Amino acid sequence: MAAPQSQLTNLLSQEYQHGFVTEIETDSLPPGLDEEVIRTISAKKNEPEFMLAYRLKAYRHWLTMTPPDWAKLKIDPIDYQAITYYSAPKFNKDAPKSLDEVDPELLKTYEKLGIPLKEQEMLAGVAVDAVFDSVSVATTFKSKLAEKGIIFCSFSEALQEHPDLVKKYLGSVVPHTDNFFAALNAAVFSDGSFCYIPKGVRCPMELSTYFRINAKSSGQFERTLIVAEEGSYVSYLEGCTAPMRDENQLHAAVVELIALENAQIKYSTVQNWYPGDKEGRGGIYNFVTKRGACRGKQAKISWTQVETGSAITWKYPSVLLEADNTIGEFYSVALTNNRQQADTGTKMIHIGKNTRSTIISKGISAGFGQNSYRGLVKVLKNARNARNYTQCDSLLLGDRCGAHTFPYIEVKNPTAQIEHEASTSKISEDQLFYCRQRGMGIEDAVSMIVNGFCKEVLKELPMEFAVEAQKLLGISLEGSVG
Amino acid sequence: MLSIKNLHANIDDKAILKGINLQVNPGEVHAIMGPNGSGKSTLVNVLAGREEYEVTQGEVRFEQQDLLELTPEERARAGIFLAFQYPVEIPGVSNINFLKAALNNVRAARGLAKLDAMDLLQQVKDKMQQVKMNPDFLYRSVNEGFSGGEKKRNEVLQMLLLEPKLALLDETDSGLDIDALKIVADGVNALRNSERAIVLVTHYQRLLDYIVPDFVHVLSGGQIIKSGDKNLALELEQQGYGWLTEARA
Repeated sequence: MAAPQSQLTNLLSQEYQHGFVTEIETDSLPPGLDEEVIRTISAKKNEPEFMLAYRLKAYRHWLTMTPPDWAKLKIDPIDYQAITYYSAPKFNKDAPKSLDEVDPELLKTYEKLGIPLKEQEMLAGVAVDAVFDSVSVATTFKSKLAEKGIIFCSFSEALQEHPDLVKKYLGSVVPHTDNFFAALNAAVFSDGSFCYIPKGVRCPMELSTYFRINAKSSGQFERTLIVAEEGSYVSYLEGCTAPMRDENQLHAAVVELIALENAQIKYSTVQNWYPGDKEGRGGIYNFVTKRGACRGKQAKISWTQVETGSAITWKYPSVLLEADNTIGEFYSVALTNNRQQADTGTKMIHIGKNTRSTIISKGISAGFGQNSYRGLVKVLKNARNARNYTQCDSLLLGDRCGAHTFPYIEVKNPTAQIEHEASTSKISEDQLFYCRQRGMGIEDAVSMIVNGFCKEVLKELPMEFAVEAQKLLGISLEGSVG
Repeated sequence: MLSIKNLHANIDDKAILKGINLQVNPGEVHAIMGPNGSGKSTLVNVLAGREEYEVTQGEVRFEQQDLLELTPEERARAGIFLAFQYPVEIPGVSNINFLKAALNNVRAARGLAKLDAMDLLQQVKDKMQQVKMNPDFLYRSVNEGFSGGEKKRNEVLQMLLLEPKLALLDETDSGLDIDALKIVADGVNALRNSERAIVLVTHYQRLLDYIVPDFVHVLSGGQIIKSGDKNLALELEQQGYGWLTEARA
């Protein structure tokens, strides 16, 4: 039995593939945080007055807060004065107006990551907003989307062009007081994506944001706001990578989704931030607040996430089912290898009548990885006939990793129907031997078994992403079953 | 093709095989029979490379190679196929994906190009007809929710597709009704030719009515205690194993 174990161990240790650094001149603030820094960020972006006021309010509130300590995570104390809160590639002019004005080094970076912005503009049916450190460097397909009245741009641009929309919705789902990291984000966020789908419009292509952290000891604090008006539909994707660095870097994002009557938002994430090395040095702290509100009747919000990167993941994409007959879904694959830790799950808050939610969570632990599912299903007093189905499966590869499940159920209305199923299994030697006896190598076999385990979630991803995610799961596991 | 000399193997430090000697040539069909716990399944699993068995002595050569040096996947690619007594379920992995991965790995080892999707599907569907499997099975998870008979037919399907040089069948007949038994036997017979060899482990003479062996071996206490032709199986059917094991004792 010793032999397959060591082979599995080798298999799970493949290197991170996006760990390169782009050499580019940046415009960065010195590390540290005070009101002056916030004023400077706001001034650099030439923001409207309400935005600065919002930031300062959030900052002052943040000062009164302490980091959450209820998650099953071991986090070294973070020195918030050692972080750089603004870092942007230097452009010759103010900001690039089109791709032709974008620094070729940057375009090359995205090409290396498999996201050729230029080609994408010409070929694939995906519009991309590329965020590099603190700023959005390019957004493709803008004019084509504008024909349908769809706004898809960087957050900075939205503040200039559509301040009323931002003002109306910003903080309406995740208030600046929500939690420690959300408050910090509200104070210092530098960019992100904004998306607005007008009434009755079905967005004709996938919208996506690609986040890249490059600068050393900088944090990334982006903000995404998506508003889907009555009867509209949008599918949105986000991807993330970062260079390999020895120190931890903080990523504290906030995503807010608003779906009005009969609107549908599908939000997919493939998160592949640098996970740190085998001993647990370096890696991204991914502390993210994502929440959607189904504000109009029959609205639907689906979160799908594949989390393979980051040293620590703390994230609970949630849905507030405010109106009647609304639907919330959460599909998640979280993989932890080596010393990675994940505490992730969702909150489904049933407020309106006849609201439904589905939670499918697949946790995979390998090496010394620790993986926790934490989910809250809450049915409020007036939410008649609420229904929830939760399925929570864990797969262990080896015997030094851990899987934990923390389901919380709070029901205040007796008509609710709540189902919870959970399982924990190990990849069996029988399954491995069966695959190998049919000619497959261990890597292929593990990757196939793991992908099979995640199938219910992967099938929710848009096609191009599903293929990427499958490969990523294989790579992230290489060298680690022990 | 296959030459086993003085093979000893343990599981959890308990000796199961205690000196097996067996020579299998191309074109031959060997049946291994014997009482429960005699080491029949252990023998074929050791040949396939299952790692919970520890080989303590002896030598196995397969076409000039030291078989015991090879990993399970290397043995599979070299042309050894084991039809499992208990085929394994793999949730979420479709049968067609599994077949594709297996076939392309084995083909690559033979220097053949990957099959494109259409060719693969055509080949698989042809073979499925042979074992009377509904094409729906292609899109179901590997062996998940299959009946005992369906699992065994799925094993034969894989075998037909991978076209092994040496097929090892571990009680492929157990739990089959007579119709399913015939289907499985037809599949195995379709594979028989002068270049391939088959070693089948069975409890019952019944299977040998359909797959007529060239040799029958009786395994008892980890050794082959008697070898003969197909008539030996008939004798065993009538008299049981007692007369052989007692004679030795």
